[in-house]
Amino acid sequence: MTLESVAERHRREEVPQAFSALDDKGRSLELLLPGILTEFKPEIVATVNLVAATVNAQDIVAVCRVAKEDPHLSFDYLMCLCVVDYVEHLQIVYHLYSTTFKHMMVLKANVSLDEPSLPSVMPLWVGADWYEREGHDLFGVVFEGHPNMDPLLLYEGFEGYPGRRDYEMPEYKEW
Amino acid sequence: MVGLNTEGQLDTVQMMVNMGPQHPSTHGVFRMVLWVDGERIVDLEPHIGYLHRGSEKLCEGELYAQIVTLFDRLDYISNLNNEMVFCRAVEKLMGLDVPERAEYIRVILCELNRVASHLLFSGTFGIDAGAMTPIMYAFRDREKIQTMFEAVTGARMMHNYIRIGGVKSDVPDDFPQRMGALLRELKQGIDETDRLLSFSEIFLARTKGIGVIDAETAIAYGMSGPSLRACGVPMDVRKDEPYSVYDRFDFGIPIGEKGDSWDRYYVRVEEMRQSIRIIEQALEQMPDGITITPSRLVLRPPQGEVYVRGENPRGELGVYLVSNGADKPYRVKVRPPSFCNLMAIKELLKGTYIADAVVILGSLDIVLGEVDR
Amino acid sequence: MNALETLMLLSKMLGVLTGLSVVVLSLTWLERKFLGRMQMRMGPTRTGPYGLLQPVADAIKLMAKEDLLSSWVDRVAYWVAPLAVFVPTFMIWVTIPIARDLVIQNMDMGLFYIIAFSVLSIVGLVMAGWASSNKYAVLGGFRAAAQLISYEIPLILAVLGVVMLAQSMNLQEVVSKQGTVIYAAIQPLGLVLFFIAGLAELGRTPFDIHPAESEVVGGPFVEYSGAHWAVFFLAEYINTFAIASLTVLLFLGGWLFPGLPGDVSALGVLVFLVKTYMVILVIFWVRGTYPRLRIDQLMSLGWKVLVPLAFVNVIITAVYMFYGWPDWSLTIMSTAILVVVGWGFSRRMRTAPTPEYTVKLYVPAPEASNAG
Repeated sequence: MTLESVAERHRREEVPQAFSALDDKGRSLELLLPGILTEFKPEIVATVNLVAATVNAQDIVAVCRVAKEDPHLSFDYLMCLCVVDYVEHLQIVYHLYSTTFKHMMVLKANVSLDEPSLPSVMPLWVGADWYEREGHDLFGVVFEGHPNMDPLLLYEGFEGYPGRRDYEMPEYKEW
Repeated sequence: MVGLNTEGQLDTVQMMVNMGPQHPSTHGVFRMVLWVDGERIVDLEPHIGYLHRGSEKLCEGELYAQIVTLFDRLDYISNLNNEMVFCRAVEKLMGLDVPERAEYIRVILCELNRVASHLLFSGTFGIDAGAMTPIMYAFRDREKIQTMFEAVTGARMMHNYIRIGGVKSDVPDDFPQRMGALLRELKQGIDETDRLLSFSEIFLARTKGIGVIDAETAIAYGMSGPSLRACGVPMDVRKDEPYSVYDRFDFGIPIGEKGDSWDRYYVRVEEMRQSIRIIEQALEQMPDGITITPSRLVLRPPQGEVYVRGENPRGELGVYLVSNGADKPYRVKVRPPSFCNLMAIKELLKGTYIADAVVILGSLDIVLGEVDR
Repeated sequence: MNALETLMLLSKMLGVLTGLSVVVLSLTWLERKFLGRMQMRMGPTRTGPYGLLQPVADAIKLMAKEDLLSSWVDRVAYWVAPLAVFVPTFMIWVTIPIARDLVIQNMDMGLFYIIAFSVLSIVGLVMAGWASSNKYAVLGGFRAAAQLISYEIPLILAVLGVVMLAQSMNLQEVVSKQGTVIYAAIQPLGLVLFFIAGLAELGRTPFDIHPAESEVVGGPFVEYSGAHWAVFFLAEYINTFAIASLTVLLFLGGWLFPGLPGDVSALGVLVFLVKTYMVILVIFWVRGTYPRLRIDQLMSLGWKVLVPLAFVNVIITAVYMFYGWPDWSLTIMSTAILVVVGWGFSRRMRTAPTPEYTVKLYVPAPEASNAG
């Protein structure tokens, strides 16, 4: 495959998808998760090396509680909480890890751009604190129930949400 | 005059002390606002963000091969480890195989970088406790390591050496002999610094029992790396999910018991010794071959997302890479270890003395470049 | 006093002033070189041969620096504080003899005078901390006051032990009584106490909590720059020299050396200087080796360990003198107490779980099954 044909395929909007290669733990999780999370109607997909479940934004605390307390899952460690801007909506991605079973999964929740708010998972993992502040800072996502939403990385009075894809980089300024 | 408050005790006022962004012992631009009552800290508020450079946003505008330099500068003390995690993420997304010789070179350099990072930690931790000599010994050994890096990668720091698909170029011809000599000197140097500082009575009095955190709280905060292992939790990516060629080496991971500052310090000293063990085994096993899988300069990984973890000297670095098939990534999220370790600072510091605050912050071993990105 | 005596006095004082300045210059050079060599580096090498002109360069730099005064300092206290620290340290030297006949004014209550004046400089430090109107300075000032006041007691009691042995507070007599055997051999406990308390009085590592650089960034001196700071700096080095010379005079035999005639002034000065510089090198050596103690550990060391030991020292000296036992009995008692205390310290360190065992090596067993 030459360079041009890949670019051509991009122009024709035919983008190659990544090959998903789950290991044993991922495969068993893929089988377990639909059963445990049925009431939340998750959408379960296998990414390259992890199992991802997409749930409703308002259910996220209940889902996380099930994930943390269920004896087969026991996700007691929040690896990462990040916000991704897919132009029509914002997606909040939770990476969860279990120190007992040593398996990992991904939880996703979508919020709209007009009302980007969802409950905070701080009651479950204290370590979600600064991640959520950063998400609010850079993307404008409001995490309900978070005790302190002060800007973490940006200075007070910063206008705009620099993490979003439609953020216009300011012109060169002399201070 | 001195008055009595309603409970009949001395009426005191809490003083606000600002351990500001510029301070000799906050290891970077980090601000802590402390409310102290005499010498005891009653409350504190950490402020970060002084070193925020928008690395994650910058990644969205750069080709994959260019992002390696950005990752160099995240945790600017363990550059090669950061590069390795990012390159592994892209390789996993693309399903790219890395030649064996490149894997061995990567492991050797990453472990050497771990030794260099822990040497810097032990030196600066000594300074925080007041001992002025160990840092000189530690930096002497670090200079030797950086000379070796210069010979292999061309730069003392910010190497930009580990590339997607392998490493940039092969090691020099006399690499095994030079490494053998360097490892001998490093072992002596580590023992020397250890003898001087680790079991000195005053150092023990300054660090034993200071800043204790239990395993459950540490896991709730998302701590990782030596700070978590000092609490007794045996979590290490190299053993839990062996990546690269780590499953071929025989090494142990030091675990502490009490979760205090001395344990966090000594876990790192022992880790240095284990890293040297790994390097020795890697040097013996290193095969010949090519050092990079040939691929395009302008990579277009397939659409998808991947999360990759690596064991940095400070903890677990996670990279969440989302690609939409273009030549630049859609989103790169870095999960820095120091960010999560630093979240626990409020709990660790309440009720301690100001002098202990410095020691505890030093024992967490944070790098602000990582915390702020 | 007639004109001749006044002239003699003035010239003696001037002599002491110049002598002390030269000594301080040499001490700064010595400290940087010695500390550097211990830390595997060279120390100053560029300024003159072997860096010998480094102190001169430092002095010129300090004089030429801009004297920054914040607008909200307490002017009077700010200006008086360096003087309040510096003048007492000079006044001590009025009665310290360098050789048998070289002293400005020998007093019968020499030691009493020295102790009384050395306490005055504490006021200066607190004034400096308060006047700087900076929270770090205030913190440093408080720490300094607490530390210095608490360590005066073991210092005074150690001196008292020597005074009891020599039956005099006159420094020249104390040294002459050490003609046969030095007091360090009779009272090793006293020497150790005096040295440690002296280190704490000086504010030197491991007791340098008040100028602790990595914590309160200079303590009470943080707002002083240039010539003002130079005065504090000078005072610290003169104090170091004073404590070292007091150690030599009280415990190590002053200007006497077995085999050398004790009344030749030049020889006496030489012996005295050599001994004092040896003690100063030990002080620098301690600086390079140990981390610093925390303020509450420092205070508990002072009050719970040194003060009782100082009292014990006085008691065993009194017992020895009352019963008229031979000298070596005191040596034995003193050394025995030192050994017991040292052993007690090392035991205390070991009753905590032995350090090397709280960090173990963990090698996980390879996973046998594939169960998730």
